[in-house]
Amino acid sequence: MLNMQPSLLSVDSIALSFGGLLAVDRVSFAVESGQIFSIIGPNGAGKTTIFNCISGFYAPNTGNISFNGHAIEGRSSHKIAKYGLVRTFQNIRLFKEMTVLENLLVAQHNIANRNLISGIIKLPQYRKAESEALDKAEYWLYQLGLTAFANREANSLAYGQQRTLEIARCMVTEPTMLLLDEPAAGLNPKETEELDELIVQLRDMYGITVLLIEHDMKLVMNISDRILVLDQGRVIANDLPSEVQSDPAVISAYLGEEE
Amino acid sequence: MQLLEQILNGITLGSIYALIAIGYTMVYGVIGMINFAHGEVYMVGAFVGLIVMTILSSIGASLVPVYLIAMLLIAILVSSVLGWSIERVAYRPLRGKHRLIPLISAIGMSFFLQNFMQLSQGPRPFAVKQLIPGSFTVSESFSISYMQILIPVVTLVFMVLFTYFISKTKLGVACRATEQDRRMANLLGINTDTIISVIFVIGASLAAVAGVLVSLYYGTVRDTMGFIIGIKAFTAAVLGGIGSIPGAMLGGFVLGFTESFASAYIGGDYKDIVSFVLLLLILLVLPSGLLGKAEIEKV
Amino acid sequence: MKQNFQNAIIATVLSFVLLSLTIGGLIQVEGIETTVVARPWYVVIGCTIVFIIQLFRDQLVFVFKGFGNVLKTLVRAEQIAEHAIQLKGSDRFNPLFYLTVLICLSVYPFIVSDKLWIGMFIDIYIYILLALGLNIVVGYAGLLNLGYIAFYAVGAYTYGILNHFYDFSFWLALPLSGMTAALAGIILGFPVLRLRGDYLAIVTLGFGQVLVILLRNLGSITGGPDGIGSIDRPTMFGIEFSRRAKEGGVPFHEFFGLEYNSIIKDFFFYFLALALVIFTIYVISRLVKMPIGRSWEALREDETACKSLGINSTSVKLSAFAISSFFAGLAGCFFAAKQRHISPESFEFIESVIVLAIVVMGGMGSTIGIILAAIFVAVLKDYSQDLQEYRMLIFSLILIVMMIWRPRGLFPATRPFIKLQNRQKSQECGC
Repeated sequence: MLNMQPSLLSVDSIALSFGGLLAVDRVSFAVESGQIFSIIGPNGAGKTTIFNCISGFYAPNTGNISFNGHAIEGRSSHKIAKYGLVRTFQNIRLFKEMTVLENLLVAQHNIANRNLISGIIKLPQYRKAESEALDKAEYWLYQLGLTAFANREANSLAYGQQRTLEIARCMVTEPTMLLLDEPAAGLNPKETEELDELIVQLRDMYGITVLLIEHDMKLVMNISDRILVLDQGRVIANDLPSEVQSDPAVISAYLGEEE
Repeated sequence: MQLLEQILNGITLGSIYALIAIGYTMVYGVIGMINFAHGEVYMVGAFVGLIVMTILSSIGASLVPVYLIAMLLIAILVSSVLGWSIERVAYRPLRGKHRLIPLISAIGMSFFLQNFMQLSQGPRPFAVKQLIPGSFTVSESFSISYMQILIPVVTLVFMVLFTYFISKTKLGVACRATEQDRRMANLLGINTDTIISVIFVIGASLAAVAGVLVSLYYGTVRDTMGFIIGIKAFTAAVLGGIGSIPGAMLGGFVLGFTESFASAYIGGDYKDIVSFVLLLLILLVLPSGLLGKAEIEKV
Repeated sequence: MKQNFQNAIIATVLSFVLLSLTIGGLIQVEGIETTVVARPWYVVIGCTIVFIIQLFRDQLVFVFKGFGNVLKTLVRAEQIAEHAIQLKGSDRFNPLFYLTVLICLSVYPFIVSDKLWIGMFIDIYIYILLALGLNIVVGYAGLLNLGYIAFYAVGAYTYGILNHFYDFSFWLALPLSGMTAALAGIILGFPVLRLRGDYLAIVTLGFGQVLVILLRNLGSITGGPDGIGSIDRPTMFGIEFSRRAKEGGVPFHEFFGLEYNSIIKDFFFYFLALALVIFTIYVISRLVKMPIGRSWEALREDETACKSLGINSTSVKLSAFAISSFFAGLAGCFFAAKQRHISPESFEFIESVIVLAIVVMGGMGSTIGIILAAIFVAVLKDYSQDLQEYRMLIFSLILIVMMIWRPRGLFPATRPFIKLQNRQKSQECGC
């Protein structure tokens, strides 16, 4: 038998234009469960726009997106997140004035959120849920080396740590798939390498499927299972890393950009 | 005949709302905040107009155009200074902070101006002498007062001036550029701080014109007059699509007509409620307004 | 200095333009004759003040900053002390301190034993209740409700109407008042809260106005401008506090065999208000440590991030709005019971501004700061004869100055310190 299992995420011919400008032009691709899938392309190629369509911040004009059996195009972002698809942002979006630990607790809001009364009078079931949430937060702080900063305000962290915290905040929601929007931007080479390891680790140990937008070619080539190359809103390649590297269309798109 | 009367009323009211709404919409367009003090600028403009009128009459001026021009010009001058100062004192230091913060400062400023006028002139209405009494008699049951002609005419003059400024002059174009994308405008060498000040000055001037016209039309001026009309003019701005200047004008007239008909057929007591219900309805059904563009969230 | 001098000159010229045609001429009406009386001194004084402020701007900023730093140090010291206590393993809750405060507040009415002084504290308690409720929306969720007093009115009129027409007792009406106010919040908030936050400000502002108009005009239900009178006072387990009880009831003094003294009633209201405040503080302090409260704050910090994590921002906003209105409703019900007579004029817009001033001064999100600010504002509002005329001016200045100088309030909230459980350094997590 052939593998007939549908892809975890499939994007089917989506298009979106802003005021006449076509930002995404009939883009299709599919991400299989357990893959690390990267989207690359020059600035303004429409990478983040695709991310915004997948994560529900934009609704595509046409086309379908399905995730884990749910049609998600045009759905509100919080619903998509509940299906197990969470994202980070290019310009880190933490709850800046809240502590690191609180950031991780907020992300687990749906635990014990339903019943106000049990929380107000601190019923055992509420305490248990809170304690579990705290456990999970601590676990991820420990895994990502942020334990020492647990009670520090998020904006007091170093840049690289803020990026890591954003990933930790996604992880506590127990996602199926992680969308990382330029996670290496602003990191030094050593941090980038650590990030590299982390992403692979998330996939290998926790079975997380990763969709990645990245500028750092080295990072992308090292860890990706498959790469999608965009230029001016269109797909110009969708292949294995080794193939993409030698694709003439890709080279010309990139050479065109890097003077 | 009642229908015609309501249409006339709608035009008069609509002119006023449109003049004030432009200030709201421009400020919202460029710095993304509701300038709650805008209604108070209108109120101060009305008071200045009354004071100028009284001074003129005590020195024995008699020509109506002299009154009208002096009242309008001086009210514009004082209100412009006021608009400029408000931005400088209460809003500029708060740029880039959480959006709640300038909003609270604005409501403080609105309240401050209202109380300042109350303390300096007293918490009561002041009668304004009829400048242009009399009316056209069209038929036995229907006449148009001269004021009802004057208001749309003056409004039209200022709208034309304003439209010319915003679409033809260099400064006006810079204003629109700043409204569309402040950062980009800045990169292009436009001093956006100056432009923001200019926008406050223009908004305030138009509000002052509205203030003078209203005081002449209704024959009364008081400290609290800016408050409700401020909410209504903002409603007009939302109705037309916040950030859109033609939208503000259109919204002003739509609101003016709605209110004029509502007060005729439902009753004057509830006319303030009509505009509020209208505001809720727009937000529910058409949050981007008649002429506004749906806003795209920057992620 | 030269720069400042130039600025000072410009500012003075501008203030001259502003002041001379507003405060500089007093409009006087005699019969049909209107005249303007020049008041040059007002202009001179105004211009001088502006000139001096502009000239010594740097120094002023320095002084304000210094004062701000002193406050910051105080808050910081308190924070450090608190962390030290928590690290030792004791809870955040410090029973001794709270017990002392409670005892002091409990003996206070008996010590002063004076209607005026007890009444002042009851007023303060009402403001504390209102400010704590408003703080949920403004301080935690970062939304501006400018018609907050309307929900207080909803609470008051709920009790007034239920009592007047259907003979509901205070204790039955109290939760109902809260719930009606919350419901009003939900109905009003629903169309607005899915939009940008600042539309809420204008819609609530409008709602406050419209509600007063409705209260004035729906005479058959609300009693029109006269309002609703002879509302029943609350009873304590069926015991009344009037001189003569209603049919079948027993007044307090007879029940305990005491001489009738109307101050007993004031004691009762004092403790009732105190109990409401304690209840509110407890509930809110729990809520903000719960997932719902954390979501409120997260929403204030970054709505987009909230959505990306699966938080339904509209319903979180709605919950903040409804719960905040609930407490306003409770306060309103108490107010109606205390006054026994309610009319639209108690619920004008200025009241909303006053409550907002308390929240802004005290420190958004900080309970202790809000209590102190409520005391200051309530005393300034009703118990300062000399400043009577200027109090509204002062409140509005507080709003502006606080936003520029210390937008997080005089006593900003400190972040909660959560002790790590440290159970599983290496242990696997269930995920």
